[in-house]
Amino acid sequence: MTARGKRLTLILAALALLGGATALVLSAMRENLVFFHTPSEVAEGKAPVGRTFRIGGMVAEGSLERLPDGVTVRFAVTDTAKTIPVVYRGALPDLFSEGKGAVAQGQLGPDGVFVASEVLAKHDENYMPVEAQHAVDQAQRAASTLEP
Amino acid sequence: MIPEMGQFALALAWALALVQAVLGLAGAARGSAGAMAAARRAALVQFAALVLAYACLTASFLRIDFSVLLVAEHSSTRTPWVYRLTGVWGNHEGSMLLWSLALAGWQAAVAAFSRTLTAAFRARVLGVLGAVSVGFLAFLILTSNPFERLVPVPVEGRDLNPLLQDPGMIIHPPLLYMGYVGMAVAFSFAIAALLSGRMDAAWARWSRPWTLVAWVFLTLGILVGSAWAYYELGWGGWWFWDPVENASLMPWLVGTALLHSLIVTEKRGAFRSWTVLLAIGAFSLSLLGTFLVRSGVITSVHAFATDPTRGVFILGLLALTVGVSLLLFAWRAPRLSGGGAFAPVSREGSLLVNNVLMAAAAGAVLLGTVYPLIIDALQGAKLSVGPPYFEKVFVPLMIPAVVLMALAPFLRWKRDVLSRVLRRVWPETIGALIIAALGVWAMDHVTVGAFLGIALTAWVVLASLRLLVDRLRQGAASGMTARLRGIPGSWWGMWLSHLGVGVFILGVTLVGALEQRLDVKMMPGQEAELAGYRFVLRGVSEVPGPNYTAQRGAVEVWREGRMLTVLAPEKRAYFRSAMPMTESAIDWGVFRDVYVSLGDPTGDGGWVVLLFYKPFISWIWFGAVLIALGGVAAALDRRYRRLARRTAAVSASEQSHEPVAEAVR
Repeated sequence: MTARGKRLTLILAALALLGGATALVLSAMRENLVFFHTPSEVAEGKAPVGRTFRIGGMVAEGSLERLPDGVTVRFAVTDTAKTIPVVYRGALPDLFSEGKGAVAQGQLGPDGVFVASEVLAKHDENYMPVEAQHAVDQAQRAASTLEP
Repeated sequence: MIPEMGQFALALAWALALVQAVLGLAGAARGSAGAMAAARRAALVQFAALVLAYACLTASFLRIDFSVLLVAEHSSTRTPWVYRLTGVWGNHEGSMLLWSLALAGWQAAVAAFSRTLTAAFRARVLGVLGAVSVGFLAFLILTSNPFERLVPVPVEGRDLNPLLQDPGMIIHPPLLYMGYVGMAVAFSFAIAALLSGRMDAAWARWSRPWTLVAWVFLTLGILVGSAWAYYELGWGGWWFWDPVENASLMPWLVGTALLHSLIVTEKRGAFRSWTVLLAIGAFSLSLLGTFLVRSGVITSVHAFATDPTRGVFILGLLALTVGVSLLLFAWRAPRLSGGGAFAPVSREGSLLVNNVLMAAAAGAVLLGTVYPLIIDALQGAKLSVGPPYFEKVFVPLMIPAVVLMALAPFLRWKRDVLSRVLRRVWPETIGALIIAALGVWAMDHVTVGAFLGIALTAWVVLASLRLLVDRLRQGAASGMTARLRGIPGSWWGMWLSHLGVGVFILGVTLVGALEQRLDVKMMPGQEAELAGYRFVLRGVSEVPGPNYTAQRGAVEVWREGRMLTVLAPEKRAYFRSAMPMTESAIDWGVFRDVYVSLGDPTGDGGWVVLLFYKPFISWIWFGAVLIALGGVAAALDRRYRRLARRTAAVSASEQSHEPVAEAVR
């Protein structure tokens, strides 16, 4: 093989590697995108059924309850307009409390209850999860446009 | 007075950095020895000024001076002194000051320990570093003043975020910053090479030890961060593909590629423009990481309460750095072409594939990390990319990289024949496959992932042993100790780091395959069983701490009728913040960790308890330590010091400002 031919082989091999990597990235990306929906969107039926997504907002006051098994909890997430019930099995993050922002990841059950597989922890008491803030802002903007 | 002195020192450091940048770059361009010497002194004084500024902030923290806003917000009268000391960097402003101090430290090190460099080259490196410093100090002074005063002075401070009141936090940020910022040195060497238009084997020899040291810091910083997340967050995970973790992984991957590319540039004079591009990339990704953490654009465990102007400022710095470097690269890189030709099957070829894989992995992680930002900016849709994405992309890219990693040291430079190499290592290959088959059978966990993981580890370990045996056989010296001593540091570095990767993979594989978790409600006196261990919750009692009250559980761990230990997981309530904190308790072991953490009280006297069985997780840390040790061994290679002596002699005799590449060869 000539020097040129060798270089061509090398470049082609590198391109093939890059192409393979790109294909891998795109397919994995499509499967693992987790969209975010506000409680209002979920209430309007805009959220997908049978696919994982995130929901965020404030934990409704007085909604946190522990089921008899001691490990499963129920609470409700609200964006001040609509409220969605959530059920979660496991230990809640340290900063989780009623009236504070929270983001949950999971799937919407056929009964309209959001089954969370993960409740995201925030590590600074002053810090509001970006998504939770977004949900509340949106609902309040919607509310203010409805008022005369 | 002390804070004002710090403020003044900070402004002084900025001015000195500016002087250093201008005199360094202009002095090198005009060949003015006086200007270049002044730039070098400016670097040393800049470092002294920042040490002073940092000492002033530390003094304010130690003296509990609540008239300084930062102190009032991040410490309290009851905070133990150690956490007042680390509280200096447990917040945005202070950690940026530490960042700048680290940057100045690297500059002072270049100024002090670079006798091997010619005056012009050193002036250029210092000039570029000074310019980076100007940007960051301006950021610090304009958007994040750490010395801001607070009037009226409060009686009590708000205390440091409890998560950061932990020994891991004492060393994690400084290590990581040294690594991040150290990439600026590699970057400056590359830019200086572009400016001077000369980049040869000598350049690679100058650049490599600096890059190695920065990379070792980055490796250790990531390791400590990961270990901290493991025992402190209380969920038993060690890597979450969190945007901020990714932000440290990306420069590490590109830095790894850079270290390998530098080998080729040094030994064969090839890959020059690629090496420069990697150096630019590693530093740009460090800046991007800083942007991701500081701007608050991403939901992350590391996000501080934020201010959008800061994000814009860092994004501006990032755009400027990347833009200017790439322009310079486009203009000057064509001069850097050349170097020895090589066949696809050769040491160079294998290192090229390593580079492509590392860069592709960094690119994939980058895409997954910033994709949500891009979509948010373009469409206003909120979404996130789940950890499975990263696992699906990262692992397949790393498998060929690891296979090749063990094989590459057997390959010859320039050209080789694959069948020759395969004939040498086929027993190791077969051995690895047999060990993997036996392994999954013994564990009773037959999955592709577990098989691959064990096979890769076995392959790396066996091939490394073979490499060592071969190396000792071919040595000319007689006697084993003489032969061992004859092996250069960079060879040991390669060997240790590669072995470390194997150990690391075994840890990741086995903890992934065999870990067990149980979330269970326990009343005092009740017991639970997991993975052959019996856990008895004896009770939970209240224990006072310096700035918190803890609910401390006593959990007996039994195995085969024998009590191993009593673990004491805590749930702490810190006084000044409403924030509860989980403090897990771990029975560490070489072959397994038993991990207990307290969830919430259930209201009837019981507790939710999280029990974990984590086999071989320590091997993840062992592996990372070996990888870092390899970096240290390589940086200590005798040839870098020999270079130092030789060049010093040469430049003394010639008084030349030109690079000494030819003289060294």
